[in-house]
Amino acid sequence: MTDTLTEPVAVTPMPASRPTSRTAFLPLIGIAVLAILLLVVAPSALSSFRLNNLGKYCCYAIAAVGIGLAWGRGGMLVLGQGLFFGLGAYAMGMHLKLEAAGPDAVPDFMMNFGSGVLPAWWEPFRSGPFTIVAIVVVPAVVAAVLGFAVFKRRIKGAYFAILSQALTVAFAALLVSQIKYTGGQTGLNSLSTFFGYNLYDPVNKQMVYFIAAGLLIAMLLVTFQLYRSRFGELLIATRDAEERVRFLGHDPANIKVVAFVIAAIMASIGGAMFVPLAGLINPREVSALASIMLIAGVALGGRASLLGPAIGALVVGYGRTSLSEAFPDQWTYFLGALFIIVILLIPNGLTSVIPRIWQAIRRRQQTETTGAQA
Amino acid sequence: MTESDHLEIKGLGVSFDGFKAIDGVDLTLKQGRLHFLIGPNGAGKTTLVDAVTGLAKASGHAQYRGKDLLSLKSHQVVRAGVGRTFQTATVFEELSVLQNLDIAGGVHRSAWRMMLARRSVPTYVEEALETIGLSDLRHRPAGILAHGQKQWLEIGMLLVQDARVMFLDETVAGMSAEEREETGELLRRIAPDRTIVVIEHDMDFVRTFADVVTVMHGGTVLTEGTVTEIQADPRVQEVYLGRSAEGAAHA
Repeated sequence: MTDTLTEPVAVTPMPASRPTSRTAFLPLIGIAVLAILLLVVAPSALSSFRLNNLGKYCCYAIAAVGIGLAWGRGGMLVLGQGLFFGLGAYAMGMHLKLEAAGPDAVPDFMMNFGSGVLPAWWEPFRSGPFTIVAIVVVPAVVAAVLGFAVFKRRIKGAYFAILSQALTVAFAALLVSQIKYTGGQTGLNSLSTFFGYNLYDPVNKQMVYFIAAGLLIAMLLVTFQLYRSRFGELLIATRDAEERVRFLGHDPANIKVVAFVIAAIMASIGGAMFVPLAGLINPREVSALASIMLIAGVALGGRASLLGPAIGALVVGYGRTSLSEAFPDQWTYFLGALFIIVILLIPNGLTSVIPRIWQAIRRRQQTETTGAQA
Repeated sequence: MTESDHLEIKGLGVSFDGFKAIDGVDLTLKQGRLHFLIGPNGAGKTTLVDAVTGLAKASGHAQYRGKDLLSLKSHQVVRAGVGRTFQTATVFEELSVLQNLDIAGGVHRSAWRMMLARRSVPTYVEEALETIGLSDLRHRPAGILAHGQKQWLEIGMLLVQDARVMFLDETVAGMSAEEREETGELLRRIAPDRTIVVIEHDMDFVRTFADVVTVMHGGTVLTEGTVTEIQADPRVQEVYLGRSAEGAAHA
């Protein structure tokens, strides 16, 4: 390797050059820094209200990490992650709604709009463990069925993106129309407890924040392992040359389904944790717009990098809140302008700036040392 | 050598919208020989390889180790022990040489072990690096390799995959004379326990390294034999005189 460094060959640096063994653990440092910021600095520096907001951004970031996996590494433009975010959110919402109603009682909206009898498929969500299992299993099954149907037929690119977006729109429409079962446009609100803990107590509220932030760090660690695994390499290979992967003896559809399922589970977990932090869930949080906001965060941060999607989602979440506070009517224009500027100037996202600066420093040091030798 | 160690193609036919690209080809590919497939452009050489590797729908049979390759999908053909390269080298450009080779070993791994990182270089990858002579470039991104090196890397990937039958599509096209020589030597080294089929236009290369040559023309097999035999065949001369000056000039 040393001779390649000193050779005066004009080798163009690869945009996403693979880490050597020495740099392979660099992302762990990034995760550690983020963990300290989220778990130590933020709780002591932010007000309870701001911390709760940061918790919501963490939930977007959890979904974004999955999008980074499916889109950045797997090449699947998942425009409809709101569907899976919503599956997790509504599963959690149903449990918390039943918890708020009390044992054997029926949620308020069912009294107003429905028959006043709890539907049979709501009943199991009284159980906390069942709900947690459902948050993981339901999106996994939906994504696996959908993934096999789509990828085995070799549907990809824009067709896949439109399909996933359409499903999300349909899902949101279903939630609105089935008011008897879902609370309709208003969704599930007045959720005051979380597995028995009163959410009006600031200590409990902070605990929920810690769970959300902790899950984000955990998802980043899972993804870190996936990216350095052989599966991670195979996923990049599938993204870049799907047909070639067949001649390695793999069906690329299977590889894509695995990544798609993991991304769906992550979106679902993000959605589930969003509910106790927001105290409610409604179809707007699940809509096509919400899905596009997720994608936008990933693009902003850098879709192919490990930390980029999470950081992008946190930035977009914060940007939404602070811009909408300052400019209630025009904030979406500011956000739109931000995307255009970022995508024009740094197409690989915010996090791609750091390696570039790093390379520039390295190059300068190199020329200095070679200059000194000469 | 057992009966199962050769690939038996019988009555192979491929047609595109009624046009017969391949029409009733019989071909026996035996282990341990460098088998060359030559013929003018449009003779159906690549189509034949496409047919037995699941890329083109075909009629007839292609028996290998008790399986009919024509009924398998591409990735199943690979798992049955039959690999191929393409006219334009298609390595994974963002991955290093080592990663390219390692990824080809995926056929030997269970799904769960795929979730782990590579801790050390597997011996079969090390051996392949040695065989194709890219040991010193193992950490280079495959995208910046020279053309010839990419082709060697592809052959290395087939070795790691443990393909017992290899179809190499115009591997030495665009290589320097020196690279061709090295490629030929490489094929000689790996040929004894494999069945290697090379599609080639360069007659010098064919002359130097071929054990058996099959000449295709218009979707059928014109003749088969040693280099000397086919060069003496008036039909071969006619085909090449009509189509390309190169083959005839050497013949």
